[in-house]
Formats: sequence, structure tokens, C-alpha cells
Amino acid sequence: MAQFANDSFSDTEAAISAVAASGNARALPIVQALQDGRLVADPATKKVYIKENDGKVSDAVTGQAVAPSFANLGNVRLNNRLRRSVEAAIGGLTLLSADPARRLQAAQSVFRSRDAAALATIEGALEKETDASVRRAFTQARAAILLAAPDAPEASRIEAIAAIRDRGDQDALALLTGVAADPSPRVAQTAQAAISSVQSRLAMWSAAQNAWYGISLGSVLLLAAIGLAITFGVMGVINMAHGEMVMLGAYTTFVVQEVIRSSYPGLFDYSLLIALPLAFLVAGLIGVAIERGIIRFLYGRPLETLLATWGISLILQQAVRTAFGPTNREVGNPSWMSGAFELGQITITYNRLWIVVFTLAVFALLLLMLRYTSLGLEMRAVTQNRRMAASMGIATSRVDALTFGLGSGIAGIAGVALSQIDNVSPNLGQSYIIDSFMVVVFGGVGNLWGTLVGAFTLGIANKFLEPVAGAVLGKIAILVLIILFIQKRPRGLFALKGRAVEA
Amino acid sequence: MSHLLIRSLDRSAMVFLVIIAAVGIVVPLLNLLVPPTSFFHVPTYLVALFGKYVCYALLALSIDLIWGYCGILSLGHGAFFALGGYAMGMYLMRQIGGRGVYGNPLLPDFMVFLNYQSLPWYWHGFDMFWFAALMVLLVPGLLAFGFGWLAFRSRVTGVYLSIITQAMTYALLLAFFRNDFGFGGNNGLTDFKDILGFNVQAQGTRAALFVLSCIALVIGFLICRAIVTSKLGKVLLAIRDAESRTRFLGYRVESYKLFVFTLSACMAGVAGALYVPQVGIINPSEFAPANSIEAVIWVAVGGRGTLTGAVLGAVLVNYAKTVFTSGVLAPYWLFMLGALFVLVTLLMPRGIIGTLQQWWEPWRAQRAEARSAPATPAAQAPAE
Repeated sequence: MAQFANDSFSDTEAAISAVAASGNARALPIVQALQDGRLVADPATKKVYIKENDGKVSDAVTGQAVAPSFANLGNVRLNNRLRRSVEAAIGGLTLLSADPARRLQAAQSVFRSRDAAALATIEGALEKETDASVRRAFTQARAAILLAAPDAPEASRIEAIAAIRDRGDQDALALLTGVAADPSPRVAQTAQAAISSVQSRLAMWSAAQNAWYGISLGSVLLLAAIGLAITFGVMGVINMAHGEMVMLGAYTTFVVQEVIRSSYPGLFDYSLLIALPLAFLVAGLIGVAIERGIIRFLYGRPLETLLATWGISLILQQAVRTAFGPTNREVGNPSWMSGAFELGQITITYNRLWIVVFTLAVFALLLLMLRYTSLGLEMRAVTQNRRMAASMGIATSRVDALTFGLGSGIAGIAGVALSQIDNVSPNLGQSYIIDSFMVVVFGGVGNLWGTLVGAFTLGIANKFLEPVAGAVLGKIAILVLIILFIQKRPRGLFALKGRAVEA
Repeated sequence: MSHLLIRSLDRSAMVFLVIIAAVGIVVPLLNLLVPPTSFFHVPTYLVALFGKYVCYALLALSIDLIWGYCGILSLGHGAFFALGGYAMGMYLMRQIGGRGVYGNPLLPDFMVFLNYQSLPWYWHGFDMFWFAALMVLLVPGLLAFGFGWLAFRSRVTGVYLSIITQAMTYALLLAFFRNDFGFGGNNGLTDFKDILGFNVQAQGTRAALFVLSCIALVIGFLICRAIVTSKLGKVLLAIRDAESRTRFLGYRVESYKLFVFTLSACMAGVAGALYVPQVGIINPSEFAPANSIEAVIWVAVGGRGTLTGAVLGAVLVNYAKTVFTSGVLAPYWLFMLGALFVLVTLLMPRGIIGTLQQWWEPWRAQRAEARSAPATPAAQAPAE
């Protein structure tokens, strides 16, 4: 123990291996304290203490609380080499722990350190192990040690390569690349084969990762664009203020969370559920007001509606900037939306997952609404042929107002979702609006499936182009492709079929 | 050509030309000859500011030609303006030569900074003014030609066309923001020294640039005027008001559209090229979709379908912008701009000049009747 107090890296290393080999119950806390920088030593008395996080100090050997003079104490310092041996020592010590999670962690740390000293412990642990995932980790750790030791027998090294190959991640690839130039031709050959197998597996996982990112981006686009598609379909009007409706939804979430924070802190996990209907109402009502107050007077002049709604978007942006300030506002994630889990080798965050689920739910709801409610029927009729619908007694101006309200309301709830993954600022809407236009133009306005296909195609294409061309070039490529695509299908993928000369 | 020009000039056009000529002569004279202490002296910064307005007016004119007379609403005309500006900016960058911060005789400063070893191929030739001037017309023109050829041939019209022009300028915005694109990234091109051997900052050069801008505006106006009063102009109006019907009558609608769109892009490019030496910088934010939409509202305010209106609108809105964005009212400027969009489209779809014409019309008809002249044609119906 006294070697810890010498303030010399080589003495500390010797002390670590001595402690690790001692098998004493106090060994683990000591090494852990060392790793966390809580192990302190008194160079004069050669006594070593553990400092707890709450400030208490205990004797490292006995574990009893003491009150030494703090003046002389110095931390036992570590360098990178020592950190590895500390990790290995902890790994060795926790390999036999009763808790499977601890054992798994230990096996992984041994896998990284490839400390030959742990081989015997691992093999012993492997025989007794019952938990399948821990067993696999032990096997891999053992294989890593064997591969790192050139003097191990050839047969067991080949077996080890197979174990590592099954692991199939970047670490495995690095390990195998080290063995590929092995003097033994059989080992080298097996390693080569394993490398290509791991590489193809990695490629598959990265494709899966891209696909997931693409789906996630696509669902965000769908959420932002679907309201736009409905209003464009029914009214033939592009609402340039649509992005601002999204922004208003996000700010509604912010206000709801502020109220909850200050008055009902217990409700924080439900804040989004409360914000959803409110955002729908706020954005929807503003939408209806815009339609009744302005757009109604511009029928038959879609280009001027474009300009008027652009003006509205400027006003709304500036109004929010005046009311809430130009900086980003903090919107928190409720507990059920934070965190992530691993699926194979891709990390899926809960907020992204929830947004995909939420988007699909909104989409399904809208689809049902369009099919089974009378408003839905009227909306479809007006989309197909406004004059004929009016002749059949549909109050088209009422349908217009409700459609615009619905489209804006959906933008509002899109804002609630986007507040979870993006900065809530007055410019929030602007960053989505052009992409939403692209989705609508690409998908066409014939039916909602066009928007769905458009959004996911753009999302996935974007994420697959990104690693190849870079984020910005990928986006430019997408824009150019859409400009070219619209030449082929001037009314988008899912256009309304009809015989009118001018749609 | 000359008879076409003369025929195209009615009284209001003459008034307009006289005003532009007067401004183009008086402002530089007051700047250069009147001593700074005098009440009538126009400071140099104002000359540059007016020059900026004139360039915007030319841009507005180009938008009016396609929107007001042909019904093509381009929300990406700022892209042509900026491309013309970049072509001029590249010439001005090459003129800096070895006087940059890094003193590299061949490479502009930002290229030295970004570790370029040699001049990218597309920068060659821009050390010659005639080449740059050609590019000012050619680059926006070719882009517009290619874009229009694709779009008009497949009958992309109305809102769809507006959206994809916006996508075009947005794509260019993203591209020009990239450092490895070779146009200076988000800093753009600046620190200009000389144009044709004259110092860009000098008072005389500024005045000369102002005069040139006025001349360009007059030429642009005359070209547009000649087009809209000719038979070609009548076809354009027909396309604006009933595109399919015009096509059924046997006109090749897409060729007409392509012609005015390309011409309009060239005009926007010239406007951008004159703009850059006067403001001293060109950067990717000129490509921002918001800029292009703002330019459209100038035309709407002045009165689309009236060439003088486009010019008037550009000057008025930009003057208001200068006044309001510099004072205590700055936070309210966007409210006012937004309200302008809404109110003009809602209450004054003909714009200032269009509305005035509408008021004059009965009065003029009366006078014409008194002289027993043939009835004046009905006022232009608003398109769409």
C-alpha cells in the first residue's frame, strides 16, 4: 500500500497489481477510488486514504473513518498507461461480482484492456457463468486476450477470431486488423475472412442507421408538411406562414412548461400531452382568423395569397420575437422522452422514436378523418372539383376556413413535437418551410399518401446522401433532383387525375 | 428599332425618363461640384445609397417584366441578381492583385486563407473586364435559360413554379455558403480596391457608378417598354391572362416565356453587377429566399404591369427600409413590411401607379370624348 504514497508512476503500477492480486475485499473500493481520483496519500506517513464524495475520509486499508491532517495529503496521480491498468484491475476484480450487470461491464473492460493477467480469472469465471449475454462477453474478452498474446496456441487463436467476428463492431474490426498480418498463415487467413465479414456487417448496420435517421427526418418533414398539403390540396393556396404555425406550436409548449414549472411541478411529465390540444387550438384559431380575415378575399389569385401569407409570416415572427425575445427558449424533455436504447449497433433516442410514432398516429387519424367524417368528404370533394362541389351544395367557404384551421392546427402540434428535438426560436418555422414545400411539390396533392411517400423519400435520400456528399451538398443535390423531378411530373408523384386543362 | 422605341413612349414614360435623367445628372453634380458646406451638397454616402436604390429598381423592373406582363411569379430572382453580383465581385477581387492582406499576386485573400494552391478554373478570365461583363449577362442568362427551358416546356406554372424558383435560390444559397465552393464562403467577396483602374471608394468613381446605374435603368426601361408595347408584348399579356387559350390559338407559349424569363434574368444580373461595387461586398445572403420575395413586393407596391410602378415601388420601399431600420422604429420594420405585403395584396392589387391610372381613366376618357377621339382601351384587368 505504501507504494501508492511514493508519487511515482511505476510504484503506483506495482501497487495496483499487488492490490488486484491480493483478493482482499477492500481491493475494489481502493482501485475504484484511484480511478475516480479520490485516493489520497500522505507522503510523510505513507498512509493511504479514500476521500468520499461527501468529504469524509477513511483509511484505505481498514475502511474506518479517520480525520487526518489535510495539509499533507496529495492525490495519487495517474497517467494514461496507469488508467488502463486501473481499468484492467477493476475488470479483474469485478469479474467475479455477484451482479450480472457488473460482470458484463467487467468483461467489456477486460476486452478493451486485453490484460493477459486476467486470462485465468476469465476462464474460471466463464466455466461458472450461467447468464448468456455475460457468457458471450466473457468469451469475447478471452478471445481478445488470446489474440493480443502472440504465444497462444494457433487453434485457440483461430477459435478466438471466430468469437471476435461474431461481435462484429468497430472494436472487433480494430482487433482483427491487428491480427491480419500474423506470422501464422492460417491465423492470418482466418482473420482476413473475419475482417471482410465484420466489414460487411458494419456496412449493413450503418445502412440501417442511415435508414433510421432517414425515417426520423422523414417523419419530422411529414409532420411539418402534412398540414400544408391539405390546405394546398383543398384551396390551391400555398401558406407561406405555415412554418410560423409550427413555431407557434413550439412556443405554446414553452409557455405550458413554464406554467407547469412555476405552479404544478408534478405535472411536468404530462406537459406535452397538455400542450398538444392547446397548440392545436392556438395555431388552428389563428389559422381560421387568417383565412377569414385575409385569404378569403384573395380567392382565384394564388400568387397574391403567397405574398400575403409571406407578410403574415413576417408579422408573426416579429411578434414572437418581441414577446419572447430573439434567443432560443428552453423546452425540456419529459422523462419518458429522454434517454436512448441500443438496437444492435444503432442507438435510438426515445424522443426520435416517439416523434415517429406520433407522426404516424397523426397521419392515420387524418386519413380516417378524411375518409369517414362529413368534413373529410367535403374536403375531398372540394379538392377534386371546387365548382362541382359547390353546385352539389357544399359550403365551400366554410370548408376552406375549416381546412385552413385544420392545416394550421396540425402545424401547431408539429411544433410541439419539434420543440423536443430542435431549438425553439422565432426562426424555427423558417428552417422547415422550404423542405415542407419540397415534400408537397414532390408528393403531389392528390392524396395524403403522396405526402407520406414524399416525406420519407426525401428524409431517407437526404440521410443516405449525407455520408457520401456531406450534409450541405446532399441537401443541394436533393433540391436539384426535385427541380428536375418536377419537370417529369409537374403535379408531383400522386397527382389528381382529371381532364381539366388547368388544374 | 428607333420607330419601335418612339412609338412605345407615351407621356408617362417620357416623364419617367426625364426624372431619371434629371436625377442621374443632378445628384452627381451636387456631389462633385457643390462644396460640402453648402446646403445643396449631396454627401458621397447618399450617392452610394441612391445608386443602390437604382440597382434595386432595375431588379424590380426585371421582375415586373415577367410577373406583371407574363404572369410568371419568380421567388428566386435574387439569385440572378446575386450571380451577376458575384461575376462583378470576382473581377473586382482579381483587380486587388498583390495588395491583399496576404499579398499573393494571384490568389484572393480568402483562397490563401483556405490553402488554395492555384486559382480554380472558373476564376480564370475574370481579370479582364470584358470577360466579367460578359459573364454578368451570360451566367444568369444561361441559368435562367436552362431552368426555364425545363420548367416551361413541362408546363410547370403558377404556385409550383414559384416554389421551385425559391428552391433554386435556396440551393444556390447553401452552395455559396460552402468554403470549398471557391467563392469565399459566408464572408463572400469584399475589400475591393479598383474598378477599371479607378479607386472604388473614390468620390468620382461613386458618382460615375451612379450615372452608369441610371443609364442601365433607362436602357432596361426602354427595352421593357419596347417589348410590352410590341406585338410580342400583347402575346405576353395574353399568356398572363389565359395561358391555355393562347396556346390553343397557336402561339408557342413556352418560347415566349423562355425569352422574357431569360431577358429578365440578364437584367437582374446587370443590376447585381452594378450593385456590388457600390455597396462594396457580395455575400451568399443575397441568395436568401426572403430577399427575392421582398423584391416582388416592391413591384406589387408600385404597381405590377406598370414599368414605372416597379421602379417607384423599389425606391419607395427601400427608402422606407433605410429610414425605419436605422432609427428607434427598427424593431417594428418587419411588422410594417409584413403589413405592406398583406395590405397591398388585399387593398391595392394594382399598386400605386395602377390605382392612379384607374382613377385617371374616366377623366381621360371624358377628355378624349370631348375631342371625339376613339374610346381608350379598358383598364388592364388584374391577372389571375
